[in-house]
Amino acid sequence: MSIAPLLEVQGLRKLYPLKGGRAVRAVDGVDLALRPGESLGLVGESGCGKSTVARLVLRLIEPSGGAIRFGGQDIARLPEAALRPLRRDMQLIFQNPHAALNPRRTVFASVAEPLVVQRAASGTALQARVAGLLRDVGLPESFLWRFPHELSGGQKQRVCIARALALEPKLVVLDEPTSALDVSVQAQILDFLGDLRRRFGLTYLFISHNLAVVRQVCDRVAVMYLGRIVEEGPAAQIFAAPRHPYTQALVASVLPPRPGALPDAVLAGDVPNAAEIPPGCRFAPRCPLRMERCTREDPALAGGGPHRVACWAA
Amino acid sequence: MTSLLEITGYRLAFDGFEGRAQVLDGIELTVQAGETVGIVGETGCGKSVLARSIARLVEMPPGRVLGGAIRFEGQDVFAMDRRALARLRGHGVAMIFQDPMTYLNPVFSIGTQMEDVIRAHDRAEGRRMRPRAAAHARAAELLAAVRLPEPDRLLDRYPHELSGGMRQRVLIAMALTGDPRLLVADEPTTALDVTIQAQVLRLIAELVETRGLTLLLISHDLGVIGALCRRVVVMYAGTVVEDAPAEALYVRPRHPYTRGLLAAVPDLARPDHRAQPIPGHIPNLLDPPSGCRFHPRCPMAIARCAVEKPLLREVDGHRVACHRAEEAA
Repeated sequence: MSIAPLLEVQGLRKLYPLKGGRAVRAVDGVDLALRPGESLGLVGESGCGKSTVARLVLRLIEPSGGAIRFGGQDIARLPEAALRPLRRDMQLIFQNPHAALNPRRTVFASVAEPLVVQRAASGTALQARVAGLLRDVGLPESFLWRFPHELSGGQKQRVCIARALALEPKLVVLDEPTSALDVSVQAQILDFLGDLRRRFGLTYLFISHNLAVVRQVCDRVAVMYLGRIVEEGPAAQIFAAPRHPYTQALVASVLPPRPGALPDAVLAGDVPNAAEIPPGCRFAPRCPLRMERCTREDPALAGGGPHRVACWAA
Repeated sequence: MTSLLEITGYRLAFDGFEGRAQVLDGIELTVQAGETVGIVGETGCGKSVLARSIARLVEMPPGRVLGGAIRFEGQDVFAMDRRALARLRGHGVAMIFQDPMTYLNPVFSIGTQMEDVIRAHDRAEGRRMRPRAAAHARAAELLAAVRLPEPDRLLDRYPHELSGGMRQRVLIAMALTGDPRLLVADEPTTALDVTIQAQVLRLIAELVETRGLTLLLISHDLGVIGALCRRVVVMYAGTVVEDAPAEALYVRPRHPYTRGLLAAVPDLARPDHRAQPIPGHIPNLLDPPSGCRFHPRCPMAIARCAVEKPLLREVDGHRVACHRAEEAA
């Protein structure tokens, strides 16, 4: 790829120490690259570390190891003061819009805050800018003086998106942005996120457990299991022909909106504890294709071309 | 033959500071023994409060029944005395819910909690309460029936030591204690990951099959409903808008809301299908729209829809509440 990535993550790790010298390995060696303007879906089940990756990439929590290059600069160990000017280029949208807005502040106050903090606008210019942002997200100017309780879930999520766009970021991290919404509203927000990306040339890191949503919004997909990316590639290929047995199970477990489609329970058991990651391939204990080698050697993401898999059997 | 469950003209409101919310408006629903029925709808459509009404679990007040009746095996649920109600709950109707952790007490072991449930059922059915040791053995049997490994060891563990999928299996085991006729499952897999969801749905399907349970499954997810139910009821803003065999409902939805809902779901298997939003939002039930409650958002609404509430009627094998059901296809 000739275009330099906007975000490049290498060997990213986050450990949470426990008593007795053990540690929860929440993120355990993740490599990622996002080109400007693309939308990468990060999928996986609860506890796989996908939200931790989001917070690490934005430096909301401190990484235990690895490099995070944003626009070519390694920000993994930058002090807070040096990070602040970069923060305007990277924004986060959370799952639950009801919790992401201060109930005692108006829409104006919430959306204006990043502009005030970064001293980007003030006075009448500020109000005009905020009104413009509301227009961008499809809300009328009359919403400026409303409080969150007067808004529906979809409208609140639009306010959160307006706030995230206020400083014209390059990278937007979306952590389950539609999981708290009803399907009819989810469809509105998904459409709208696609529009915004085209209109403002945004780059998305889109985190979701819902594969069908990711399929609609993302160009590329990375599948996480127990702190590690096990498969990565173009969305169309990953969903049509998944190669990692975990991705295959995940895709097979998705229920289509049709009758009579009770899926086979492909995987037995639960995800192991992240404090006790098995040696060798971390998926081996649940894997239907397990071989002797899998319990000894930890496979790395491999494969020529854009579709890469971390599996000895693939 | 009496139906297992018969709900007629059921109207329920909640009185609050801001007035009276009309959460259920004339529900008509009959379920025969052995059926698998799904109720699907979005937030606030009244599906959960309807499910809870069946076992009389809605607190009154603030709840208030404005009309209609719910009959279980011919008995009026609202006329039951304490004893009859105790028998209804667990022996007639058993429920499982979305978040299993909320329904387990964190300070007691799984064994203690299951023994309590088993002994309470003994009492409700007018038997002598069996001793703890016998209840313990019965609890182990029930855990084995929901395919939990090493039931004896599990009984000594506490809820926080179990995964979400295991907790939901424990609650299903508890629901089976009284050998219920009707299993009401309210979003049973919504809090679970997809691979675990597949396991739990398989288990429910197997229990329905082997124990001859009647299933009433409540979900916002058309995929979950489609996986388990032969018949689907669609609710919107406190009303039943469509009720049809699953195959017919998914393939030829008759109500414009059902059609909107199906079009709004992204489908992994059909990448070229873009999820279509339904314009507008869910009405405020303190002041619901006149006539058909869906008319302000309906692409097919005519003047009549704002005035006259459409009643459920038979169209092409569906029961559908829409003035223009014949035209929709």
